[in-house]
Amino acid sequence: MRRKIYLVAGANTISMGTGRKEFNPKKERPGLESYIHEAGQAVLKQVPNPSAIDETVIGNFMASVFNKQGHLGGFAATIDPDLEFKPSLSVEGACASGGLAIVSGIRSVLAETADVVLAMGVEVQNTVKAIYGADFLAYAGWFQNRKKSHAYFFPGQFSDRAGVYYEKYGFDNARKGMGRWFKNAIENARLDPTAQEHHNTAADLEGMYHKMTPNGKNFVDHLNIFDCSKVSDGASGILIASEEGLKKLGIPKKDAVEIIGFAQFTRNITNDPPNPLELTTIRRTAAKALENAGISIEQIGTIETHDCFSIAGILSVEALGLAAPGEGAAYVAAGKTARDGVMPMNTTGGLIGWGHPTGATGVHQAVTIWQQLTANAGDAQIKLSPEKPYGLSINMGGDDVTVVAIVYKMCNE
Amino acid sequence: MNYDERLQHVSVLGAAGKMGSGILLLTAVEMADLSLKPENKGKTFVLNAIDLSDEGLSGLMDYLRVQVLKIAEKKIVWLRQVYAENAALIENSDIIEQYILDTLRIVRPTTAMEVAYRSKLIFEAVSENKDLKVKILSQIDQNNPNKPWFFTNTSSVPIHIIENEAELEGRVLGFHFYNPPAVQRLVELIVTEKTLAETSQFALDYAKALKKVVVKSNDFAGFIGNGHFMRDALYGINKALELSAGRPFAEAVYLVNKVSQDYLVRPMGIFQLIDYVGVDVVQFIMKVMNPFLKDENLHSPLLDSMLEMGVKGGQHSSGAQKDGFLKYEKGAPVAVFDPETKSYIAVDSFKTAAEEWLGTMPAGFQPWRVAIKIADKDSHFSAWFSELKSLNSPAAKMAVEYGLNSDAIGRKLVADGVAFNENDVNTVMLTGFFHAYGPVNNFFA
Repeated sequence: MRRKIYLVAGANTISMGTGRKEFNPKKERPGLESYIHEAGQAVLKQVPNPSAIDETVIGNFMASVFNKQGHLGGFAATIDPDLEFKPSLSVEGACASGGLAIVSGIRSVLAETADVVLAMGVEVQNTVKAIYGADFLAYAGWFQNRKKSHAYFFPGQFSDRAGVYYEKYGFDNARKGMGRWFKNAIENARLDPTAQEHHNTAADLEGMYHKMTPNGKNFVDHLNIFDCSKVSDGASGILIASEEGLKKLGIPKKDAVEIIGFAQFTRNITNDPPNPLELTTIRRTAAKALENAGISIEQIGTIETHDCFSIAGILSVEALGLAAPGEGAAYVAAGKTARDGVMPMNTTGGLIGWGHPTGATGVHQAVTIWQQLTANAGDAQIKLSPEKPYGLSINMGGDDVTVVAIVYKMCNE
Repeated sequence: MNYDERLQHVSVLGAAGKMGSGILLLTAVEMADLSLKPENKGKTFVLNAIDLSDEGLSGLMDYLRVQVLKIAEKKIVWLRQVYAENAALIENSDIIEQYILDTLRIVRPTTAMEVAYRSKLIFEAVSENKDLKVKILSQIDQNNPNKPWFFTNTSSVPIHIIENEAELEGRVLGFHFYNPPAVQRLVELIVTEKTLAETSQFALDYAKALKKVVVKSNDFAGFIGNGHFMRDALYGINKALELSAGRPFAEAVYLVNKVSQDYLVRPMGIFQLIDYVGVDVVQFIMKVMNPFLKDENLHSPLLDSMLEMGVKGGQHSSGAQKDGFLKYEKGAPVAVFDPETKSYIAVDSFKTAAEEWLGTMPAGFQPWRVAIKIADKDSHFSAWFSELKSLNSPAAKMAVEYGLNSDAIGRKLVADGVAFNENDVNTVMLTGFFHAYGPVNNFFA
């Protein structure tokens, strides 16, 4: 990259929704504005000189229907009056909107049109029942195909993938890995006070998981509810800065992580996935990002991946080359992706455990990696080996349509 | 005439009432689902919602819309298949809206009973008055050329009496929903000696389609549910009267209600249950049942005098509890009616005295909402009631006597031939009254 790019001052709101003790669907709750303000303020409070921010990018997927609100760029100045009369825009790429906000910020810093960009992600989805939310989320697919798709659109898509996986690699083998994925997600979420599953106290997570056989009569054929991320409200924010930008902000490098490579690929939304057993776009985007960073997957210390469904977690393990096709489930079942495993993944719970405020997820992933690489992860902190000072995040929009992969490196200076 | 044809033209009498509206909702949804079957394409389904109250019928349509929406949301996976051929319906919201329309257009609200003259099946849910029921059913039958079937929701009147007096000859049966019909899974099914086999088979098929639990009861006034509840209520009332010899009446009512709820681990105390059903309804059902009982007097002068003073209980149309024996705030009892001063006495004013009588709650106590979820209920209740039996407190003693009496009522229903077996009695109380354990048990002996 032509300039060094850093990430600093990440912050998340709580991921609000079922599972949180304070969540009551019958009572009025904070709106979109409140989430943007809270996460944005929490970022600004961490830097001595927030007026150094040149630009704001807000990632969001479907506020236009969930909240009847478009034009989110206009909310930047509600975070801080200093952000008014500066560039601000919103970006959308379904559940990869947060990742796109970061990419957009990186590009701006690379283009030298900004030294500091505030990248935000936000989604407030508990405004409608899940069954109508499913309609809205389905806009991430090709609408011409909506008629023939499942009532619960995304669970339907990934249920189909899971069904093929079961058939090819064995139901029990797959479910074992998926159940372990669920367990890891909840256990990690318990360590992060902002996680949606932070209050989860279930004793035997895998037992609970395996007790519930997928039932297509009420839901989808091949997944149960524990295979799915929940409906979430939340926002995340983080600053993207050049070296010059860090100085202007008054932040030492040791508090930041460096972005040493990224990639953003998109596949043709009007086509079905080329292979239901593979997250092809993730495979290709991650490979490109690692190539740009000049490192291999084995050098990565921790990964945040887009587990909107447990099967997506398994398939991304394979797409990243951590396990061969068909061996992802066993890899996970063996504990290799657990927080004390060889490749800790989704250390604050991921989408299933931390929550999935769709447009915010990509930013939340970056915040988690920044926390881990700067030893800011609190109870969720993992021990990173000095030989593997790298992090990787994979943010996916739609059924493997838009993917953002970012490679991060610890700053030791 | 097959099942679908029988359900092509139906009337519900008393459709705006608490029971009638629920029966109407469930029937409307079942008819809508039939109308959407490919083989029924082009056939018209009609469900008359008949009631005396115009206002009630307006409210009924609001209720239906809200409820059908909820039902549609729950079966969206199936509905997407049903409407698969309709290219205009793409999103879940489109499909749900269409299903509501398809259901509501079957329903014809009216105050004119004559529309029932064309029906093939008639649900009767008018007030619990035998003469009124007989009059309406016979009038419809005399004017209806279809030889319709009559399903009465009576909870107390023997079916054969309605059958004989309205001259329905095998075309009537008791199909007794529990309140509220849309939620409660229990249906008591009562046939007479003459009821046609095909009619009772249809009733079973219909109950199954509605996912109801059917308990067959013999055709004896009150059947199983009220057979138990009325006697249990009378027992509670008399216990309170006994207890009021040594303490204020309001306090006595409070204590019996408390013991019957907490110590017996039931969803409501007996006086709250009487209020829930309605003081007037309880009195009326006892009055209907009493003439048929040989060796007992199912009558409470206290209920008579409460009603004379205008204390009725029952529910507001919103579902909120009206004041009866007890006065409610946000659903919880806060005061008790005192017939002497004709006013409600705040629970707080006698709480100390009441707590003294009750003593500390025995250690093994689990409230009903917790106990109902315990996997091994048998050992839990066995331990709990053993603990009560070992105690000397008046509350524990009352609870054990109460439990024994409830058990005896259950066994008597079987001995008298009202219920076919003890299991049926327990099913009715577990399913229809949400008890956590059946009244016929070995916990109290």
